Amino acid sequence: MLSYSLKRLGSAVPTLLILITVAFFLIRIAPGGPFDSEKALPPEIQANLEAKYQLDDPLVIQYFRYLGDILTLDFGPSFHYRDWTVNQLIAQGAPVSFTLGAIALVLAFVMGVTIGILAALRQNSLVDYLTMSVAMVGISIPNFVAAPLLILLFAIGLGWLPAGGWDGSIGRMVLPAVALSLPMVAYVARIMRGSMIEALHSSFIRTARAKGMPEREVILRHALKPALLPVISYLGPAAAAILTGSVVIERIFTIPGIGSHFVQGALNRDYTLVMGVVIFYGLLIILLNYLVDLLYAWLDPRIRYDR
Amino acid sequence: MTNSCVLRRGLLSGLLMLAAVGCSEQNVPPPPSIDMAEPVPIERTADGRPVESILAEEQELHRGNGEEPQTLDPHRAEGVPTGNILRDLYEGLTTTAPDGRIVPGAAGRWDISRDGMVYTFYLRGDGLWSNGDPVTAEDFVFSFRRSVDPETAGVYGRMLAPIENASSILAGEMTPETLGVEALNERTVQIRLDDPTPYFLGLLTHVSTYPVHAPSLQRFGNDFVLPGNLVSNGAYRLSEWVPRSRIVLEANPHYHGSDGVIIERVVFYPIEDENTEFQRFRAGDLHWTDQVPSTQFRWLSNNLPEALSVSPWFGTYFFAFNLTRPPFEENLALRKALNLAIDREILTDKVTQFGEIPTFTLVPDGLPDYAPPVPENAAWSQAEREQAARDLYLEAGYDESRPLEVELRYNTSENHRKIAVAVAAMWKQVLGVRTRLVNEEFRVFLQNRRLRRNTEAFRAGWIGDYQDAFTFLELFHSEHSRNDAGYDNPRYDRLLEQIATERIAARRRNLMAEAERILLADQVVLPVYTYVTKRLVDPLLQGWEPNVMDFHPSQHMFFVKARMLAEETENAP
Repeated sequence: MLSYSLKRLGSAVPTLLILITVAFFLIRIAPGGPFDSEKALPPEIQANLEAKYQLDDPLVIQYFRYLGDILTLDFGPSFHYRDWTVNQLIAQGAPVSFTLGAIALVLAFVMGVTIGILAALRQNSLVDYLTMSVAMVGISIPNFVAAPLLILLFAIGLGWLPAGGWDGSIGRMVLPAVALSLPMVAYVARIMRGSMIEALHSSFIRTARAKGMPEREVILRHALKPALLPVISYLGPAAAAILTGSVVIERIFTIPGIGSHFVQGALNRDYTLVMGVVIFYGLLIILLNYLVDLLYAWLDPRIRYDR
Repeated sequence: MTNSCVLRRGLLSGLLMLAAVGCSEQNVPPPPSIDMAEPVPIERTADGRPVESILAEEQELHRGNGEEPQTLDPHRAEGVPTGNILRDLYEGLTTTAPDGRIVPGAAGRWDISRDGMVYTFYLRGDGLWSNGDPVTAEDFVFSFRRSVDPETAGVYGRMLAPIENASSILAGEMTPETLGVEALNERTVQIRLDDPTPYFLGLLTHVSTYPVHAPSLQRFGNDFVLPGNLVSNGAYRLSEWVPRSRIVLEANPHYHGSDGVIIERVVFYPIEDENTEFQRFRAGDLHWTDQVPSTQFRWLSNNLPEALSVSPWFGTYFFAFNLTRPPFEENLALRKALNLAIDREILTDKVTQFGEIPTFTLVPDGLPDYAPPVPENAAWSQAEREQAARDLYLEAGYDESRPLEVELRYNTSENHRKIAVAVAAMWKQVLGVRTRLVNEEFRVFLQNRRLRRNTEAFRAGWIGDYQDAFTFLELFHSEHSRNDAGYDNPRYDRLLEQIATERIAARRRNLMAEAERILLADQVVLPVYTYVTKRLVDPLLQGWEPNVMDFHPSQHMFFVKARMLAEETENAP
């Protein structure tokens, strides 16, 4: 188990390096620069700015200097938000995105699993069809449609919740978290239903029932754990999807998370900010997949013993 | 055209509150408007302050403000949203009244030498920084030098070019200490100019001329702008800044005019998306928006007429031709044909719809001392213009069998797309031109425009930096970095240079009109309309007025009680 986890960790380094290199040159290839604006700069001022941000060196030198800087975890100053460093911006944005993502993930997991089990237990009944059709609708509606509809209904129509913004209060978190989790609830519910049905048909469940175990025990003690496996393996990509999906939600609800930094950074050609967020996302996704692998090994003894 | 609620050219200089206009196009009774509280009538005391009894209890203003500011360092700042915040935080030598008039700011009064080359400013005796330090002449000397110092790498240092030696300092040829700004004594600043600059007092309202607090700069370096560190001399001081979330200002008790400041707290929200901003206004989170959704004119004027404010802005929306490449290089007749073939009134009436003002000139109408030279074809009927366009099109060497194929380039935006589609349709209908629309992301678009290697016709827009026609005309100097058309006319360049050194106002005015006439006759640009500012404002927020510069300092604003509420209080025993 230990050597397995170390090996998985070691493979993260080349992955990150490739990510950094590709991202670094891609953002530089994009036409336009961080100091372009409708009000064009006189050449001497453009030169002053480029000297100040060391953009006048050859690209390769900039690349190696950048690699050196990130070894010391210094992502440099933001080219666009000139009063802040990228580290400061990420430190301010990440907790916001994490809070939002975590709430959405928990919401998706709890609701999805519950709905999935209910549908599986009443397979081919009205409840099953109804919940699964709703889930299908949930998957199909993109969150940039669902979010404004939620705002229209709950913030403007009923006036129960704020329409956006972020100040750490629960009230402002509800709508974005729900909007973010909706497609995920649907996915989780469908996966859960499928694996639960499969588990209920397997021989060890039949044995348990044959022994006269109460149905409640059968489901919670024996069927639930194997049925959760596919859901859990889905959680890694789901967490990544929620983080990247929050890009849209953060914009609609004007939430100052790193997702909105990422989009705005790319539009502003804020090289350092984009790179910082890319590396941050990269690390996060690698870490999440790693955790899921470990969790998976813990849940399914076959994987553990194979390695 | 006659039955729509269009706003005529004549209205331009006046204020345009759509609240009062109302759209009568279809004679359908408008649906009941969304409930917006009605303000009580405003009464003021002798010194201009609103009387206490009409003021609302809570004086906290929430403003939607477009983008997150790039920096709160006035010497490195750019952009309209940043300007809105800095105008609340800092005060230049001069400042603006609610209607946009230039009034004394940090300087209580000033003298201008007879030749217009030396300005002497006398600072207020009671001018204080937000930490209680006095605002001194040395502070201004330090700040002006810093603003033009290449080390600062400010994007607007160029604004100070009229000051003696400023251009050489910006170019790194002279030291900042040689700048023509001097402290005669503790409260007197003298500024010497290279050229007489009639708009100089207006220029001093620009953020790049604001003073910064030297001791905190020395202490905190680049972090001097962060909350807790920032010391400012304006009506407000910085209390909180969460990037991309909010900037909170509170009234500065040391401000010389603090008695007149009623709004105690201002919260600026960076909200880029106009629909999001609109929804937050409707949900009551905002009192003031930066934008309105561009497709919602009818809905807004029916449902929120008392909150919708539309007024002329100091900016022009236009298309320009790349004069360095075919097909527009050396083809005046073609450029003129395309210019005459578009129907501006349809564009503003049916496409943009917010009361934008059709224009045939580059410089917007409405400047106090300048009237743009309107070309004679502006007075023609559209049919006459189209006939002339067809003749010119033939003269340019194109006809039905050999139509012009042209690229029309614009940056991603719903409004730009709709206008480009309409213009292409007009060219097709009148002349048979085949237009290919090219949509580009903003920075890509800017770069292509600047390089001139693959542009043909492209959209452009310009909002004046200061209240003078020169801010538009200088764009087409052959060496200006935003001369994306590649216009290169020695006669035009010479006129611009003459304008810069002309001391007599009337003569300068004539030179500027002459320059614009040449520019328009050369068909470098295809002006479409004068921009309007459009926003939603809580009707209870008072004390602000629409103005062409769109400057709205919070310090003049105040909330009044709602009418119902006021009556109840009066009737209470």
